[in-house]
Amino acid sequence: MGTKTKTSKSMPMTKQLYQQQAAKYQPKRNVLLNSLRAFWVGGAICLLGQILQNIYITFFGFTEKTASNPTVATLIFLAVLLTGLGVYDNIGQYAGAGSAVPVTGFANSIASAAIEHRSEGFVLGVGGNMFKLAGSVIVFGVVAAFVAGVLKTLWKMFT
Amino acid sequence: MEYLIAFVVGGLICVVGQLLMDVAKLTPAHVMSTLVVSGVVLDFIGVYDRLIDFAGAGVTVPITSFGHALYHGAISEAEQHGLIGVVTGIFEVTSAGISAAIAFGFLAALVFKPKG
Repeated sequence: MGTKTKTSKSMPMTKQLYQQQAAKYQPKRNVLLNSLRAFWVGGAICLLGQILQNIYITFFGFTEKTASNPTVATLIFLAVLLTGLGVYDNIGQYAGAGSAVPVTGFANSIASAAIEHRSEGFVLGVGGNMFKLAGSVIVFGVVAAFVAGVLKTLWKMFT
Repeated sequence: MEYLIAFVVGGLICVVGQLLMDVAKLTPAHVMSTLVVSGVVLDFIGVYDRLIDFAGAGVTVPITSFGHALYHGAISEAEQHGLIGVVTGIFEVTSAGISAAIAFGFLAALVFKPKG
């Protein structure tokens, strides 16, 4: 019982050969169609942002500079809501980068990680995993901004 | 016209992201990190503010504006308080986005159950 059956003619599976075999089963990416979808969905989200921003400027007395804060917060709220309802993932399937690149995608990555790890508890699950995907964005953004900010400040000091 | 420009420019930034995924075969996390860093760089060389004047929400909604906002907060605080301002000001502008995302994200985890 439990004798291991060895494949008699074992082909030497080199890395190259494996990639060749695996390539057959990878879905073909339609670059043009994907780009078109990303374009109109991403554009539509930015259009919505522009509409919200103008509403905040016209009706709530924000200026052009300050209006982007409530606009971003509103978009984030909408994205989290849609994530919770399971709609945003469907949009993401269709639009790819079109729904990932706008700030709504950032909110989606936080909310979906939070919801997904809920079963592991609120501290270890939700708290610990919330920035699983968004963390890299924050880390690289902050490091880049820190380096650039220090350079710029030193430059101003010595010139 | 304002709306059309926001739509087209925002859409084009998303196409750049899509091409990074499809052609350069980067993961979404790599794409987002790349875009954030490019936002910082574009602001560093003084281009991003002109883009905002031109395209409005078309460049403030994509994630590149997160990098722009981080750098902007750092710089404006550094102008008043010197080098320490870089660290104290870095989250000044992005605070709204990050706080909102954390708070709403946590509330969502309270309310919704995972799907699928």
